[in-house]
Amino acid sequence: MRILVGQGSCGNAAGANKVFDVLVSAFLENDIKAELLSTGCIGACYLEPIVEIIADNGDKCTYVRVTAEDAAQIVEKHIVGGNIIPELLMPDEDVKALESQTKIALRNCGIINPENIDEYIANGGYLAAKKSITELSQDEVIKIIEISGLRGRGGAGFPTYFKWNAAKNSPGAIKYMVCNADEGDPGAFMDRAVLEGDPHSVLEGMLIGGYSMGATEGIIYVRAEYPLAIWRLEIAIEQAREKGYLGQNIFGTNYSFDIRIKAGAGAFVCGEETALIASLEGERGMPRLRPPYPAVKGYWGRPTNINNVETFANVPWIVANGGEAFAAMGAVSSKGTKVFALTGKIKKGGLVEIPMGYTLREIIFDIGGGIKEDREFKAVQMGGPSGGCIPKSLIDTPVTYEDIPATGAIVGSGGMVVMDDTTCMVDMARFFLDFTEKESCGKCSYCRVGTKRMLEILNRIVNGDGRDGDIELLEELADKISAGSLCALGQTAPNPVRTTLRHFRNEYEDHIHNKKCTAKSCRALLTYSIDEEMCKYCTLCLRACPSGAITGAARELHVIDQEKCIACGRCFTACKFDAVLVE
Amino acid sequence: MSCERGCTGEMRYDYTELDKTLAYYGGTDGSLITVLQKAQDIYGYLPREVIEYISAGLKLKSAKVYGVATFYTQFRFNPVGKYLILLCMGTACHVNGAKTIEEAIIEELGISDGETTEDGLFTLSNVACLGCCSLSPVMMINQDTYGTLTADKVKEILDGLRAAA
Repeated sequence: MRILVGQGSCGNAAGANKVFDVLVSAFLENDIKAELLSTGCIGACYLEPIVEIIADNGDKCTYVRVTAEDAAQIVEKHIVGGNIIPELLMPDEDVKALESQTKIALRNCGIINPENIDEYIANGGYLAAKKSITELSQDEVIKIIEISGLRGRGGAGFPTYFKWNAAKNSPGAIKYMVCNADEGDPGAFMDRAVLEGDPHSVLEGMLIGGYSMGATEGIIYVRAEYPLAIWRLEIAIEQAREKGYLGQNIFGTNYSFDIRIKAGAGAFVCGEETALIASLEGERGMPRLRPPYPAVKGYWGRPTNINNVETFANVPWIVANGGEAFAAMGAVSSKGTKVFALTGKIKKGGLVEIPMGYTLREIIFDIGGGIKEDREFKAVQMGGPSGGCIPKSLIDTPVTYEDIPATGAIVGSGGMVVMDDTTCMVDMARFFLDFTEKESCGKCSYCRVGTKRMLEILNRIVNGDGRDGDIELLEELADKISAGSLCALGQTAPNPVRTTLRHFRNEYEDHIHNKKCTAKSCRALLTYSIDEEMCKYCTLCLRACPSGAITGAARELHVIDQEKCIACGRCFTACKFDAVLVE
Repeated sequence: MSCERGCTGEMRYDYTELDKTLAYYGGTDGSLITVLQKAQDIYGYLPREVIEYISAGLKLKSAKVYGVATFYTQFRFNPVGKYLILLCMGTACHVNGAKTIEEAIIEELGISDGETTEDGLFTLSNVACLGCCSLSPVMMINQDTYGTLTADKVKEILDGLRAAA
């Protein structure tokens, strides 16, 4: 019997480590002879913590939302007693939703023990690397990737084979293969899931790519905010070295390649290639002008190729199954599968991997289960700070590298933050500008000063001080910042404002001219009052108010003093009789 | 010798661990960030004296070391409390009410972003994204991540930590 506990960061945050501890002590107490192991994220974050029991005959039981008490019950009834606990099982519809996905990058996540290389090998691991290095030429490997149509999964969507080929053709005895694991896009976490759940797929992808371009060393630049990912990568690298998959004369050939980890120190701009290289060299992570491209002059001035985590995770599968198999999935020029991170006001948040070309409606409603509390869908944000908000009217847009940019957003790294009618679009734009303004490295004036000015304007709009002409000023700044910035951070920083202006201009106008926030989210524009008819004089709101703005007593009408009210909304949440009104 | 800021001119820090780090990385180009990270692990933050010590050890100008350190959000120049609260301000957390969580922390501890409580127990630091978006709103305290937070849950967690301290 095998018992798996999903222990990605998300699983642990939901309580998986407590569940694991309960299982360990129960196993010791009852002298249970079964294999207990922790695995990565299966993607169904909304069902965490997840415990999976695989019987010796292969029968599988998946228990979801397991508490510490449930875990004790699982040991007693299922593991010792042999009886399944139906009420804790994963609902059928969720099983179907999981089975309807096509997992390539996430093929091993939640299935294998990421800290044991033998499990990765048992699932066909390192066979693709062996085939590449011992049977294929560098060009043949690149050809397979070209046929697959794989495009960079980090955001730009640039064809992977093209970069590998350019790096291969650059002269130089020393070349570097870099993995960009500085997943900084707020709202995306697929790279973390892959690193924590299947680190060897990334190492193998780097090894294959490294061989194809003739790299001598691999470096993984990983966020310091992902301690578990770093820990598991360290273990994986050590194990791969022991097996001889990294180091000198790999697979008995004269190819040598090793990988090391470099922990990032927190700077969003380091997702940009040249900034990442500067950071690797121990400098401030500031981008420089291209060309020369990293393929020609990168880390320490030598040919360097940089790909993202998810891109690498796809590579072993593509080499093992052929480029055609990958290209058979997806849309015309967006081949294969892509991992999306569904978050925000969505019922079933988590990671989904599906062939490209599904519509937003299929992803959000069929797979994601629709909007929390069945509220109205308003928009989905794609592409993080470089992307934009796609409105309800465009929900049938297929998710491809062509169709999404037509809406003003980008596919980016695949983060999808779903918003309902309570999300204010002006505030969303302000949120992203606040982010880019802080993350701007300061090199280009338009980005450094321009984002600050845009943020100031957006701040005054949400605070009820918007002026005539603010919208036009935002548009002018947006164009100038895009034109006057060196790297993608600055060039795309105005996108959240542009897309919200394009699709939700009326909300800006409402804020500026009518001093009204239709989503009832911008506090400065809200007035709270109590409906005399509905009020049951229960004092709940009165006790919830932090500023003492509500007067009254039991069996006495409650009144909000507008002078003292800070519009925090706690009375609204506290009231059980819908008696608190917001305008 | 003493100055108005209380410096005595004597070495106040134990450099045994840092010396090992400097010896290990000193010869490798581009290892400044790694050395700073190790130093922060040792001291909890980067005091000015430590920055000077590193710059001497790596034969770099201290302005250069300081310039790199201030570029990255990970580095701190003031001591932090026993519990470092990293409050996620990512998109998903923002949409799901990170603001309310921040207010609850401010109300409970009386500190805002970047500050430490007087008893030296808690430091609050707002961060960009912790990558646990489907459990938003999220915060991380030292190595533990807490998800699907509410104002009440935050108070409970902080009370628990305070009692355990």
